Amino acid sequence: MSPKFTDLAAGQDIGARTVDVTRTDLVKYAGASGDFNPIHWNEAFATGVELPGVIAHGMFTMGAAVQLVTDWAGDPAAVVDFQTRFTKPVVVADTTGTTEPGATIEVSGTIGKLDADAGTARVDLTVVSAGQKVLMKAQALVKLS
Amino acid sequence: MTINPDLQGRSYPAAEVYDVGREKIREFARAVKATHPAHFDVDAAKALGHSDLVAPPTFAIIIAQRADAQLIEDPEAGIDFSRVVHADQRFTHHRPILAGDRLVAELHVDGVRAMGGGAMITTRSEIFALGDGDAREAVTTTTSSILVRGEGQ
Repeated sequence: MSPKFTDLAAGQDIGARTVDVTRTDLVKYAGASGDFNPIHWNEAFATGVELPGVIAHGMFTMGAAVQLVTDWAGDPAAVVDFQTRFTKPVVVADTTGTTEPGATIEVSGTIGKLDADAGTARVDLTVVSAGQKVLMKAQALVKLS
Repeated sequence: MTINPDLQGRSYPAAEVYDVGREKIREFARAVKATHPAHFDVDAAKALGHSDLVAPPTFAIIIAQRADAQLIEDPEAGIDFSRVVHADQRFTHHRPILAGDRLVAELHVDGVRAMGGGAMITTRSEIFALGDGDAREAVTTTTSSILVRGEGQ
């Protein structure tokens, strides 16, 4: 069920989602996206370019975060605009051979603004990993009927 | 290595065609941990009024980063890919990307500014779907800023 514009108010929560991330997930994202920068899968390379370790693709985090909005909207095509700034890297530990995630990303969303003329709701996402906001100004514009 | 300031205002015309396949939409959706049925099940997408599977909202990054590669790999640009960090990203969808679309991207370098020993470069990809004959339909505009870190950054 898609939310009805008239039922919404600024400040409402749309829910939350936890995303576990492993090194395998980063390899899958590299393959799916075509972004094979070794900082996302090779520890020695990442530390060699002065990063704290292997980091998730910013686009992995952005792409995983928007699923909260897609599921809430009821139709992925309703997300007509989506933007973010990448402020902190998500460092993904090597947990190969265990069932532990290498990092965890917490996503939550609230209605930031409603535009009755355009029939759009702006959803503001809060995206946190290891206690730090990893995305800033993560905003999705959702077209509602 | 220094970034060539003359890059600003440069454009790279639409090059290769990107054919959007159903399995690629499914693979990308799984890779971003998406579960919405419209990414996986054609009947579910059609029930929402779409002609075929709907790509996730960030799918266009595949096409945009292919366009960006023309700049990053341009020897005149002076960009060391291993020192590139993604700073910001935006997708504006004029219509959803669907399986079966044949897409091309025009790349525009909208901004280059020095930051410490590095540089911030802002690019914009205008993504169009090819139709019959010369027809082109605007599908998505992506804008992206990358920080090319200088030594010690």
